[in-house]
Amino acid sequence: MKIIENRRKFFAVSILVICIGIAAMIVQSTAGNGAFRYDVEFTGGTSMEIDMGQECDQEELRQIIEEVTGQSSPQIQQVLGSNEVAVKMQSIDSDTRQQLMAAIQEVYPQAQAGEISDVSATVSSEMQTAAIKATLIAGIAMLIYISLRFRDVRAGASAIIALFHDILVVLTAYAVFRIPVNNTFIVVLLTILGYSINSTIVIFDRIRENKDKFRKNQTAEKIDKSVSQTLARSINTSLTTLFTVGAIYVLGVQSIKEFALPMMIGILAGAYSSVCISGSIWYTLLPKQEKE
Amino acid sequence: MKSKGRLMLFLMLVLAVGLSFVALRGIGADGKWSAAQIKQGLDLSGGVYIVYEADKENVTQEEMNAAVSLIQGRLDWNGWTEAEVAQDGSNRIRVDIPGVENAEEAIREIGQTAQLAFKDEAGNVLLTGDMVVNATKQVGATSKNGPSEPYVALEFSDEGKQLFAEATKANIGKTIQIVMDDEIISSPMVSTEITDGNAIITGNFTGESAEELASLIRAGSLPFNLNVIHMKNVGARLGADALDSGVMAGMVGIALVLLFMLVVYKLLGLAADIALVVYIGLEMVLLSAFGITLTLPGIAGIILSIGMAVDANVVIFERIKEELVEGKTLRVSVKNGFSRALPAILDGNITTLIAAVVLFVFGSGTVKGFATTLMMGIIISMFTALCITRILVNGFMYSGIYNPKLYGLRTK
Repeated sequence: MKIIENRRKFFAVSILVICIGIAAMIVQSTAGNGAFRYDVEFTGGTSMEIDMGQECDQEELRQIIEEVTGQSSPQIQQVLGSNEVAVKMQSIDSDTRQQLMAAIQEVYPQAQAGEISDVSATVSSEMQTAAIKATLIAGIAMLIYISLRFRDVRAGASAIIALFHDILVVLTAYAVFRIPVNNTFIVVLLTILGYSINSTIVIFDRIRENKDKFRKNQTAEKIDKSVSQTLARSINTSLTTLFTVGAIYVLGVQSIKEFALPMMIGILAGAYSSVCISGSIWYTLLPKQEKE
Repeated sequence: MKSKGRLMLFLMLVLAVGLSFVALRGIGADGKWSAAQIKQGLDLSGGVYIVYEADKENVTQEEMNAAVSLIQGRLDWNGWTEAEVAQDGSNRIRVDIPGVENAEEAIREIGQTAQLAFKDEAGNVLLTGDMVVNATKQVGATSKNGPSEPYVALEFSDEGKQLFAEATKANIGKTIQIVMDDEIISSPMVSTEITDGNAIITGNFTGESAEELASLIRAGSLPFNLNVIHMKNVGARLGADALDSGVMAGMVGIALVLLFMLVVYKLLGLAADIALVVYIGLEMVLLSAFGITLTLPGIAGIILSIGMAVDANVVIFERIKEELVEGKTLRVSVKNGFSRALPAILDGNITTLIAAVVLFVFGSGTVKGFATTLMMGIIISMFTALCITRILVNGFMYSGIYNPKLYGLRTK
């Protein structure tokens, strides 16, 4: 494996993917859709998932909603390959929800509500705060763990940069595929963090173990060798996890698909960053005399 | 040595089969500890989750208790016996009603302002709940030389005092019904005219039932309304679909992992597979035995942790392979494989555990469900992947299976 020799190519691939994500965020937010598709859990409001029972005309549905609720701009999203629609609007109360369902059923007699949720502004801002807090605390806890674990500052820094890489790739997935950003977003993010740091540690431990087998200026060879030795493990572990998460994605209901897709992308990103990126960054950060 | 090895293998097989049996069928006639008895969250059973908030600042704990009793009463009267009510923070009440058909009706029914009235036997309203100043549980003798027993003491306002005096005078020897919403919560017999505005209700109360009745009566004069600040309703069909597809995904995922390990790691893979069966059985039985509520993200957590559970074995097996390639004997390779892989395995599990603990502490309902199963998964898998697999691999060796090829050595 010639990881170090090709490191610039690997960096380029990562930067390209992340740029696509940033572009998607910019395009969507200039189009007025917001950089991400935030769920009512974070914005407040009412969301209804309705199985229309037949093909549904979005414009007609919009009119029904406006007639009943007076809201002119509900977000309506068709779930691909089904008659299900996800509607998001400003908060409405129980009576209005019943009226709305009745009005929809007049036009679409088979329509059936699958999941309905209503989140007040207080609760949504609490959930936002809790989510940010959770991410920050987990991030700090992992930083502390990494710095305890890697006494070498450069190794720690490379591991952290690799983690940021994984977060950015997962964010790209959310932006490009318009996956709803809700509490499961935090779940995906933190799980991927834990998962990816694990792979990086396995590789870095091997690099440390191989220290005595290489001369000081053979760092590139040392890193390549260590990555190769742990490659089977990196691939096999990612594969077994992809099998199970992939099964959830293929067989699961909509809400779980929205969880499994970014998780799969995150696992791939984590495997890629540990194998191709983390060691390369470490190498880049080293002083010249240790290179060649 | 051989018989010791075979005994080890036999015991592990018994463990795997036994746990699978318990997970599938449970213990005894009522199937205790079986997977079927795992408590299902609302996203799997269908149902509604509601959070009410009192629209008044500085609500006292006593008022909250009264509100909780009121909601509990309404749930019981409507036959939603599996529902759960709990106070959340200082002024919120969380209600879970599994399997409810008409969620909107439930939301209105439960949250409406309490209608408490005192009626005579003909159904005429004598006085209303707002005239009750206080209702408390007391314990003491209620008659001369009588035994000490719990009872409920009522205190009326000035207006109530007057009306109650008239009401008791007119109804001596008859009952006065105390009605909440349309439900008679108590119908005490009037024994004498009460003019001082202090009445007591006696009967066969336990301490608990007296407290309940006092709380319900207090709820008739709650100085606040309950507003819905968060609700989530999952249709029963969607819940059932989610459960079925989750179970299906789990089985397919497990089958793929079992097959993969067997193909890639041969005999070692078999050991990992048996350990994985133990892991899954143990997880199911513990979820069931501890009464942990399983949610859809919870299933995802289990399935994800299955993928991660084999990671420890993958790390160990790769290490054994390397040791064999370096020309060490099988026994030394296996020993080194387990011990040298340990730090990496601990690291991986600790980082994931950090994430899971943070999610558990800061997450809301569904997120907690994921964190719970992930934490359980990590801890159980450490045990199965390290202990069970090790016993099995040693068992294979002691039983006389020494061909290094079966342990991953590839000859060129």
